[in-house]
Amino acid sequence: MLRLVLIGLLAGFFSALFGVGGGIVVVPLLLLVAHYSERPAMATSLAAVLVISIAGAATYAFHGEVKLGAAAIVGLPAMAGAVAGTALQQRLANRTLSLAFAALLTALGVRLLV
Amino acid sequence: MWAIVAAALLGAGAGVLAGLFGVGGGVLFVPTLTLVLGLSQIHAEATSLLAILPTAAIGVWRQRRYGNVRWRAALILGIAAIAGVEGGVQIAEQLPQDVLRRLFGALMLLVAAQVAFRALRKPAYSSEP
Repeated sequence: MLRLVLIGLLAGFFSALFGVGGGIVVVPLLLLVAHYSERPAMATSLAAVLVISIAGAATYAFHGEVKLGAAAIVGLPAMAGAVAGTALQQRLANRTLSLAFAALLTALGVRLLV
Repeated sequence: MWAIVAAALLGAGAGVLAGLFGVGGGVLFVPTLTLVLGLSQIHAEATSLLAILPTAAIGVWRQRRYGNVRWRAALILGIAAIAGVEGGVQIAEQLPQDVLRRLFGALMLLVAAQVAFRALRKPAYSSEP
């Protein structure tokens, strides 16, 4: 419980500081600190991201900074992509998932560094 | 027209990343919105949050059927993260952004190495929780 609160706090903190999504922080911490297996870590992170995005979108909507048309152009295909992504996840070995995620983290780390 | 097609394709890619890794997809949404659709950074970040919502919702719906979601943990994580955002915003205004960004980038590389190391140490098809 305390671990999860700390992981959540860190995720929110870093996403506000660097504009990285909460999931990028939540997934590795669930894997390394809370000792989740890959699929539960990634699925639970996505559910946490849903909670965060509800709060975030509500806040921004009041400020009028959301472009609805643009959100639909990227968001609707993304819904189909998410179905494909979750299906793909069930077919991949844990090791493959971790290594691919590590590659994504590396790419983001390099982007932040340079 | 081509910009819309490109943005839609990148959006689909963001959705795959979201579903596959449990991240929101903002990693790809924000650059797509700024570079392809020409939104400003602030509009892109707000719009990305809105696009993440249905993406995450449908991903979670699928993951629930696969039995992978731990609801209580997700709720605790989400609520704590919302509190963490407040703290981050306060600090962001007071600290040197550039140094912090590099430190965080280096930290991510370290974490990436740890995730990879952990995966290679375990048997490939382990199903331990």
